[in-house]
Amino acid sequence: MKEMVTVFLYGKEYQVPSDLTIMTAFEYAGYRLKRGCGCRHGFCGACATIYRIKGKNELKTCLACQTQVQDGMYVASLPFFPTDKRDYSLEELRPDAQVMMELYPEIYSCIGCNACTKACTQGLNVMQYIAYAQRGDFERCAKESFDCVGCNSCSSRCPAGISHANVGLLARRLTARYIAKESGHLKDRIEEINHGEYDELIEQVMGKSIEEMQELYNNRDIEK
Amino acid sequence: MYTPQMMESVRRVEDTRQARLEAEPARMSADAKDELLKNYHPDYRSEAFDTIMVGANKGERAPKELVRLLHSNSRILGKKVDLDNPSVETDVLIIGGGGAGASAAIEADEAGAKVVIVTKLRIGDANTMMAEGGIQAADKPGDSPVQHYIDAFGGGHFAARPQLLRKLVMEAPDAIAWLNRLGVMFDKDAEGNMITTHGGGTSRKRMHACKDYSGAEIMRTLRDEVANRKIPVMEFTSAVEIIKDEDGHAAGAVLVNMETGQLITAKAKCVVIATGGAGRMHYQGFPTSNHYGATADGLIMGYRAGASLLYQDTIQYHPTGAVYPPQILGALVTEKVRSLGAMLVNTNGEAFIHPLETRDVAAAGIIRECGERGLGVDTITGSGVWLDTPMIEMIHGEGTIEKRIPAMLRMYMNYDIDIRKEPILVYPTLHYQNGGLEIGSDGFTKAIDNLLVAGEAVGGIHGRNRLMGNSLLDIIVFGRSAGKAAAKRAADMKLSKLTLSHLADYAKELEKEGLKTGTVSPLLLPDYRREADEMIEV
Repeated sequence: MKEMVTVFLYGKEYQVPSDLTIMTAFEYAGYRLKRGCGCRHGFCGACATIYRIKGKNELKTCLACQTQVQDGMYVASLPFFPTDKRDYSLEELRPDAQVMMELYPEIYSCIGCNACTKACTQGLNVMQYIAYAQRGDFERCAKESFDCVGCNSCSSRCPAGISHANVGLLARRLTARYIAKESGHLKDRIEEINHGEYDELIEQVMGKSIEEMQELYNNRDIEK
Repeated sequence: MYTPQMMESVRRVEDTRQARLEAEPARMSADAKDELLKNYHPDYRSEAFDTIMVGANKGERAPKELVRLLHSNSRILGKKVDLDNPSVETDVLIIGGGGAGASAAIEADEAGAKVVIVTKLRIGDANTMMAEGGIQAADKPGDSPVQHYIDAFGGGHFAARPQLLRKLVMEAPDAIAWLNRLGVMFDKDAEGNMITTHGGGTSRKRMHACKDYSGAEIMRTLRDEVANRKIPVMEFTSAVEIIKDEDGHAAGAVLVNMETGQLITAKAKCVVIATGGAGRMHYQGFPTSNHYGATADGLIMGYRAGASLLYQDTIQYHPTGAVYPPQILGALVTEKVRSLGAMLVNTNGEAFIHPLETRDVAAAGIIRECGERGLGVDTITGSGVWLDTPMIEMIHGEGTIEKRIPAMLRMYMNYDIDIRKEPILVYPTLHYQNGGLEIGSDGFTKAIDNLLVAGEAVGGIHGRNRLMGNSLLDIIVFGRSAGKAAAKRAADMKLSKLTLSHLADYAKELEKEGLKTGTVSPLLLPDYRREADEMIEV
């Protein structure tokens, strides 16, 4: 007999095996999920969840697919959160200090409560990356926010109404497009291809018999 | 977190670690690989396949679970669908909101076409989001698109369609540049050089990455760009059938609101199927690394509309799926872990295979180790082998794991396993659909000249096995190309009267063959409810 725990899904009591995740506990209880279920492996942020353990004061946030059930867990999922994404053309932006002021001015209303960081299901220092964004330090903001899966748990707890995930995303796009150095080898290779430098060679291999290709493949040198 | 029995085996892994660091395991000969695959790869278990009895690929084999859906009738057969008053009208209808669909949408929009994306979950709920290790492109000195072609062609058992593979490798560097321009943050050094590594079966280090969130970084950027361009995205809206016109063209799709069940008619001059893979079909009972909606819907819809399949009988099992702890069963452990030096090791601490053999060979090797050889490590979900992650920091230095594969570190830390200090247990997981709908090098299906397919739903780009990093590449290359081609085709496309008569024709064919599966298709979502059969709708 499996060890069972008691969980309260939207307040309703169910007994489920203790080794399940919150997501599989829902399914064990009989839910066929449509909302609040995406990649099921911690990358898409679809299953943001709020819970509290019976008798404890602390409200916690997590990804339902990455979190094991605990006895006495009261669970509510947060499958959609109305964040505010501003539209822009990356080609028309430049990574200067005004960008955030124009697109996401609410970040300057941050009161420093750190609720976003406490809520982060990825354990990121969210308030810190917002601080970098305020200063126009896009590169640091990009690095600090990089592992964000966009579950928006931070935004759900923010008294200033900040859409943190969107701020991090803008910083990353600006960093990649304008701040990180261009790859010279990439540019060169594209030019070579556009000049047709590989056309003849690739036609040659495409024209080879399977036996010839096997010979070529099995004896190719492999970079160390 | 490991049991005492597991810890005994961990000690043996630790005891052999230093010696293993000093000796690279031998690579297998071509004959040895063929022999291993024949005896241990799941594609060779004939009892897991059935013969397709209707349609363009009649007489060919496919996984039983897929054949069952191909042998089932449409969800909307006999239902009243108002084709005369479509509630959506567009130039290009894109079915699927993953990397291929989003790339196609951006390029079609760029070309001036009116575009609509429909997706049964949210945009970005796709295998693209979960791709960890990286994306290939031959853009370094010492490498070339020709070398990339040879690696991919050989790795795919010489079965790739040459024209499709040529396109993949020749357009790869431009795909990387396009993503970089859109703001995808690739790992670069201070001079701007891409940091690249090997993948299984590559002969040059051409794996570009964004830590181990490569697909997520690409997908969230594409999603943001789709939003900036104000391209309409109908979320929680699934296509259930392709609509045709009386001349046999694709003319849109019947959609269903996933939450209310309402049917919606979408009319389009050109349709792109970008529905992705099939991991949630759980072929042969395998767990999967795939997202919740990976149920081969596009294959079913396309096939019923008359398009043909190619290599539908070949599936990729990623060698390193998590097998312990049970909460993450089937989750992908990126190949990058092996690119960075971690070896596959049996219960006795022996490296039983070169860590960078192609995925099919490595998977077959693990299945042999856990099966016939009995040298796996038992867990409550089945047997697995060690992936010796602590080797990574012994080779590349302390801090490498946190910097290069933070998602892996995080996934295991949730269960108190520190992969910097302890190895992890893995077993093959259902990962990728090598086959799919057949297309020409222009991206169109042969049967229907305004129906395109892009991404994992396509068959033939990779052959009968796919190399790491060539799928993120193919969704971008073929997604972009499909978007451009669709916009162009839509501009000169005139549709006649809309019809769903092919659904009744298909039903007749099934009846003629005496096929009754008791279900309808496409599947749309798996059903993981316990005792689902005993529940009633309320």
